[in-house]
Amino acid sequence: MDKPRVKVPKKVKAGEPFEVKVLISHKMESGQRVDEATGQKIPRMIINRFEARLDGELVFSATLYPAVSANPYLAFHVVAEKSGELSFKWLDDSGDTATATAKVAVG
Amino acid sequence: MPEPVSHCRGLTRRRLLEQALAACGCLAAGLAFADDAARAAAAQAAIDAIVGDRGVADGELELTTPAIAENGNTVPIAVAAGGRFRGDTYVKAIHVFAVENPTPEVVSFHFTPQSGLAQVSTRIRLAKTQQVVAIAELSDGQVWRTANEVKVTIGGCGG
Repeated sequence: MDKPRVKVPKKVKAGEPFEVKVLISHKMESGQRVDEATGQKIPRMIINRFEARLDGELVFSATLYPAVSANPYLAFHVVAEKSGELSFKWLDDSGDTATATAKVAVG
Repeated sequence: MPEPVSHCRGLTRRRLLEQALAACGCLAAGLAFADDAARAAAAQAAIDAIVGDRGVADGELELTTPAIAENGNTVPIAVAAGGRFRGDTYVKAIHVFAVENPTPEVVSFHFTPQSGLAQVSTRIRLAKTQQVVAIAELSDGQVWRTANEVKVTIGGCGG
């Protein structure tokens, strides 16, 4: 799990929802695939949780299952009343986390 | 256009269950059918677990999917429920299910009043041609449901 990428508009209007796009590299191993060499199922290893916070307060979250494609992409909306910071967190089955932040400029 | 499950079309889920084995010409197809029936039942159970005993309406829930997905490994979808959040009522969650995937749950989105708008796009895996179902839960207890059929040319899930 690496290379989290986040896209937020340069400027947003107070009280108006704006779109946030996030993307991260992860194989999202479904647990359904079989290793051809061994005949064994490859164990599940997915990002199962994503959270977005604005100045520390949870604004959007997602529970992911194996049917989310590799390198999960999400586009969602957030409302800000004043400038602040968005923080993002991804959590996978192994307990690994990745984080990213983005400034929100209201004006 | 290959249609690996063309012999299933026109069947309801219940009839599919009843006819799961009877309608098949060979053991492999029989196993596939039993699998389908089990998956459909698992999907319904997963949906029931969310909805509970609440009534379900069409509501203002939109699910956007391609009619035909060439690659089941990455199918773009978008969901949108209601409009701009106003007053006290907002969309708490939207859940997406793929009724014939090995795991029916696809993704659940959880909103807060600070989301402003329950509108999300992502990319999902579909094992085969099937129904994609979206369920929205509102803060006032309403439940909305919609579903789209997506034809899949090459299935995802590595199966």
